[in-house]
Amino acid sequence: MLRVSSPHTHIRRDTGQIMRLVLVATVPGLLALTLFFGWGSLFNVALACITAVLCEALVMKLRRRPVMFYLRDCTALVTGVLLGMALPPYCPWWLVVVGSMTAIILAKQLYGGMGFNPFNPAMVGYVVLLISFPVPITQWAAPAGVLADQVGFIEGMRQIWAGVPIDGYTAATPLDVLSQNTSVLMEDLYQTDPTLSTGLWAGAGWEWVNIGFLLGGLFLLYQRVFTWHAPVSMLVTLTIMAALFYDGGSSNSGGSPLLHLLSGATMLGAFFILTDPVTSAVSNRGRLVCGVLVGVLLYVMRHWSNYPDAIAFAVLLMNFAAPFIDYYTVPRTYGHKKSRSALDKGEQ
Amino acid sequence: MGSLIKTWEIPGGIHPPENKAQSLQLPLGKVPLPPTLVLPLNQHIGTAAKPVVTVGERVLGGQLIADAEGIFSASVHAPTSGQVTAIEDHLVPHPSGMSAPCIVIEPDGADQWVELNPLEDYLDADKDELLSRIRAAGIAGLGGAGFPTSVKLNPRADHQINTLIINGTECEPYITADDILMQTRADDVIAGALILAKLLNHPEHVLVGVEDNKPDAIAALRKAAAGTEIQVVSFPTKYPSGGEKQLIQILTGQEVPSGQIPASIGVVCQNVGTAAAVYRAVRFGEPLVSRITTVVGEALQTQRNVEVLLGTPINYLLEQHGFDPRQASRLVMGGPMMGFSLPDASVPVIKTTNCILAPSKSELPPPAPAQACIRCGLCAEACPASLLPQQLYWYAIAEDHEKLESHNLFDCIECGACSYVCPSNIPLVQYYRAAKGSIRQEQIEKDKSARARRRFEFRQERIAKEEAEREAKRAARRLAAEEAKRKLAEQKVETPEPPATAQAPAGDDSLKTQRARLERNLAAAKNSLAKASEPLVANEPGGTVTEEQLAKQQARIKQAELKVHEVEKKLQALDASNANEATDPVAAAIARAQAKMSMTPEDKLRSSVESLSKRLAKAEQKAADARAQGSDTADALAQGVIKLKEKLASTQKELNELTPSTVAQPSSASRSDTDQAALAIERAKAKAAALATMSAEEKLRNQIDALKARLEKARSRLEKAEADNDENVEAFRTAVDKLDERLQQLLAQQ
Ligand code: SF4
Ligand code: SF4
Repeated sequence: MLRVSSPHTHIRRDTGQIMRLVLVATVPGLLALTLFFGWGSLFNVALACITAVLCEALVMKLRRRPVMFYLRDCTALVTGVLLGMALPPYCPWWLVVVGSMTAIILAKQLYGGMGFNPFNPAMVGYVVLLISFPVPITQWAAPAGVLADQVGFIEGMRQIWAGVPIDGYTAATPLDVLSQNTSVLMEDLYQTDPTLSTGLWAGAGWEWVNIGFLLGGLFLLYQRVFTWHAPVSMLVTLTIMAALFYDGGSSNSGGSPLLHLLSGATMLGAFFILTDPVTSAVSNRGRLVCGVLVGVLLYVMRHWSNYPDAIAFAVLLMNFAAPFIDYYTVPRTYGHKKSRSALDKGEQ
Repeated sequence: MGSLIKTWEIPGGIHPPENKAQSLQLPLGKVPLPPTLVLPLNQHIGTAAKPVVTVGERVLGGQLIADAEGIFSASVHAPTSGQVTAIEDHLVPHPSGMSAPCIVIEPDGADQWVELNPLEDYLDADKDELLSRIRAAGIAGLGGAGFPTSVKLNPRADHQINTLIINGTECEPYITADDILMQTRADDVIAGALILAKLLNHPEHVLVGVEDNKPDAIAALRKAAAGTEIQVVSFPTKYPSGGEKQLIQILTGQEVPSGQIPASIGVVCQNVGTAAAVYRAVRFGEPLVSRITTVVGEALQTQRNVEVLLGTPINYLLEQHGFDPRQASRLVMGGPMMGFSLPDASVPVIKTTNCILAPSKSELPPPAPAQACIRCGLCAEACPASLLPQQLYWYAIAEDHEKLESHNLFDCIECGACSYVCPSNIPLVQYYRAAKGSIRQEQIEKDKSARARRRFEFRQERIAKEEAEREAKRAARRLAAEEAKRKLAEQKVETPEPPATAQAPAGDDSLKTQRARLERNLAAAKNSLAKASEPLVANEPGGTVTEEQLAKQQARIKQAELKVHEVEKKLQALDASNANEATDPVAAAIARAQAKMSMTPEDKLRSSVESLSKRLAKAEQKAADARAQGSDTADALAQGVIKLKEKLASTQKELNELTPSTVAQPSSASRSDTDQAALAIERAKAKAAALATMSAEEKLRNQIDALKARLEKARSRLEKAEADNDENVEAFRTAVDKLDERLQQLLAQQ
């Protein structure tokens, strides 16, 4: 007869299931990406996933661990999907492969594998690419409806595999437009910019992609995969920042809150990257702090730096700060008068 | 009424599948008499009971077969009539699968009972009567921990109890024993609660807490409680609401301070089963010989609650319920969250057995292999104590005991909520249990080595003291011999022959050198006394003066004092013998000269008063310090202070007596005066000597007596702590051990 210690029962959900739920939750966003920006994102995701899983399997083999046991937790797939969605459609294949390898081998396995990586692997992969190859990684395809026709299959493949450029398939994203704008009033900007003018709130395509990720995030919240603390505090902070610096829609305006919420990688970051359990703070209070930090950093970088979007940087900085945040947000234990930071010891 | 009571929410918690329906399909059942009953002597937390029957003896149902041993114990009764076939070690329900002494009874089927002693008007009975009935019935908490109930009903005087909570939460999945008890015997529960309330001087609130998933039980209790001071409170179902600390938080909004017992915030908690048993014991004189146990799990054909005799072997109970061992994944005593798996089904049902769970393999499958922690924080969210389980896990792996303690590992109630939710299947609680165990072990070892060190030092001191005493004796012998020689010489001086006068200076000379040597010795001895009395400095800067240091110094001072006394006595003897020679004009002159040369008696007394007050001040300071640090030596130091005070007073008195006479006769050189002074000095010295000799035996005896008293006190403190399930119980225990050891040492010295 089995002799095990309590508890004898376990919730019927394991890490693999959680990760699969996360994968399912990315579907609406990925769908929107594909609908508005073409099949390039799907291709990115597929390539990134294959690379990620192969890398993971290879490392596990080298470390003499049971490969299937570790692949089953699906964390490599999640990393691949997130990275694939973050990279611009139709970018060169090696960009995806290098990014994915960096994420799995450098950012995850070199630190000891799942659970031990201090930084979000997908974001490390993205940032390495962004710094090394700033041009191809900031070329986003124009959303459907802005240009006459979408990128065709052959055209796309030639660009991806052979680097044969497609003519004029890109368009400035709303955030690009915003960060380059120095003279035009917001209202006029909405009239003149092709992406913004064809959108409802925050630019054609982008708003739907963000709504897609928001839906996926709400699904995960409903499934109790993570708590509301980090995403909500980040989105609220971003809204407040945007409202503070809206400046009445002048040419100096940082853009409206709605524009910030529904453009770039806002929702992807809030619900899929910020909530990465491994690299964020552990307590709920800590997660609130993390959300605020990312919200502020994100806005500051969008508004005042050269990078139009900065989710990756903001998240990595937050990852960096997470241990300190943990240190100062230890919850108060039952029966203790006050919480104390983790390093104090001695007195009661 | 009851529903209007405000409740609070606890942090964390989980909602595992309740699995309570399957055991509630059938009514409360009974099993036939088993062929043997195995009754462990220790079914509670505390000291095992002592058997009062012998092998071969026939016992009646309800007869006392093992008596409680001390306050923190519970007696055991025969559940039915039969023969005692053995008193021997038997496997008992314990996670470790250990064996312990049990009384084995073979029932004779007649079920003859001793005459019970009912008490009709129990609500008018006085408290002692009620308490002694509860005690006599051997009632220990039926909820799971098994505290002797009477102990909890005797709170410390400074713990003002304002809330009595009857715990009917039963938050563990599968278990319905309390539920069915509340449904079928609500009157007993309420009557028992009233008795408990009376024993606690009718606390302001008497609450019965039940989770809202037991509507029938709540209704039955409400009906039974109508018109009484008892309020039945229901609150949302969530595991682990039934934990004592959690229930207190739910019902009062207060938290039991870490390391303290509920009584410290005015709360006493008792289980519903306990309350019912208390009623049966008080009203009908029934001892605790049976209980309701849930027998449940898919490996059984029948799943239900049964009223089962204590001592019934689990395998017999399972047999009666169509147990299929091939299907079972494990056997659990208690619920799936906190119960422990039984290594062997031959263990008996005991007072705390609320559930036997025999799940099938699909029902509770073997635990999945653990994966790496993904720091998802689900565990922290589930923790009712607001701990950070993932951090604790981390530090447990690293064996970082300091961090574990600073993250309040010992506030973990081992509820298992964190393990339950962990998506990586990490058996977190297992790590915490192991870490707690090794920290405790470490503590014990630390204590042990400290004790060994102290023992060694005591030995060293004793040897040094003995050596000093021997040395003193040798010196005394030498002195006596010299004196004898000198007397012989003096006899020669007394003869009027001329050579004698020639010898006189020689004798005088030897006297002078003797005196000088003694005075040198005295100075040296005083010097070392002063050095020994210097205030202690801690070994390390910022550290505190340790107990050993204090004890050592104490011994050093005593030794130095002894030496001073010794030398002074010698000096005195020399002076006295000198004074005896006063008939000899020459010797008298020498004596007078010497008296003049040395201090006047008054001065001597004055200086001794001075030094005494100095020593007193120092001793007082030391005693205060020791007390402040709670040091063991505090008592001894305090005694020293008292003695010093007495000595000072008497010396002062002598000085006062002496002063007027010296004033009256300013020519202090007069014989009678010197004599008087000498006499006074003599008296003081005698007293001091008495004190010194007392140190040998009487002091030891005194010390032993004092130690005995303290040991007694410490023992009762320990008992109290055990009764309260105080977290510091270990500390008290080691304190008692320490005192005991010291006492043994002293006794050995005697
Ligand atoms: S629930 Fe498990 S995986 Fe999640 S943080 Fe806690 S220990 Fe780690
Ligand atoms: S077992 Fe301990 S750490 Fe885990 S949830 Fe319960 S109290 Fe918290």
